[in-house]
Amino acid sequence: MRRALSPVPIAIVCVLLALMALLAYGLAQNEPDRGVDEALARGERSPAAALELPKLGGGGNVALADYRGQVVVLNFWASWCKPCKDESPLLERWHRRMKGRGGMVLGVAMYDVTGRAQDFIDEYGLTYPMLKDDEDEGLEKFGVAQLPETFVIDRRGRIAAVARGPVDDAFMRSNVVPLLEPS
Amino acid sequence: MRHAALALAALAFALVPASTALAQDCPRTTLGDIEDEVMCPVCGTPLGLASESPQAQDERAYIQDLVDRCKTKDEVKQALVAEYGENVLALPGDQGDDDFGDVLVYVIPALGIVLAAAGIAFAVVRWRRPERQPRALAGTEGARLDDDMERYDL
Repeated sequence: MRRALSPVPIAIVCVLLALMALLAYGLAQNEPDRGVDEALARGERSPAAALELPKLGGGGNVALADYRGQVVVLNFWASWCKPCKDESPLLERWHRRMKGRGGMVLGVAMYDVTGRAQDFIDEYGLTYPMLKDDEDEGLEKFGVAQLPETFVIDRRGRIAAVARGPVDDAFMRSNVVPLLEPS
Repeated sequence: MRHAALALAALAFALVPASTALAQDCPRTTLGDIEDEVMCPVCGTPLGLASESPQAQDERAYIQDLVDRCKTKDEVKQALVAEYGENVLALPGDQGDDDFGDVLVYVIPALGIVLAAAGIAFAVVRWRRPERQPRALAGTEGARLDDDMERYDL
């Protein structure tokens, strides 16, 4: 008859496996949420997460829901991010273009120092509203893991398109213009 | 005139130690002292390990600016929290919002090390222990077993 294994090594192996599972869980928790991208790949528009952030430089909070009924181009950026510098003039141009047609750009400075973000806004003459994300809301609610990232939100508050990287005119034309048309 | 000059000299003499003390107190901390205790939020690593990231470089410049303005380590950390949120603090216990999690951060690695050491020790002891010889069978039992083995031609 085979001798039964001692409970001591079994217990040690079990606890080590539990620790490894805990480590794997911790790593999985840090993975950005890609639910929005998956929904778009299926041809679905998922509702944008509730986002409420302070205005950059103070002056109270602003919620994404405050802009319901408008097409919102939600852009996450930082002053140290090179592609953000490249796309900012384009976003400003599109903000002015959309303003009278029920659309707007909403900027969210992430991982940034307020003074430097303000300098960036002044340098590029950005006039669209700016918020400050200092609690990783972009990461947790929109899966923002690299800057810049842009979400196009339709008039019903659903995400219609995502750019995980800088946007260009072609992206804006194909994803924003159709939403501005009166339905 | 002479009295005024003397008063001025006395005032200057009184101010020299104060300004020297102020100069000695500043800077109150260093970038190197702080960057191991805060995170580079974009890299997900302590700032001290994040060398090339633009965000890390920007954060370092911000810290250095605060250090140059004579801020203490705690004041620098508070300023970083105001800009980047509590997740910028790397040390368990600094964030102050999850005491149980802070304890686990220290307990789990220690537990892992203790258990791994126990497992290795157990394996070494078993490996070094001599194999126990099978007990010889008593006379009649042994003879009967030999007969059986021969009968089955094994």
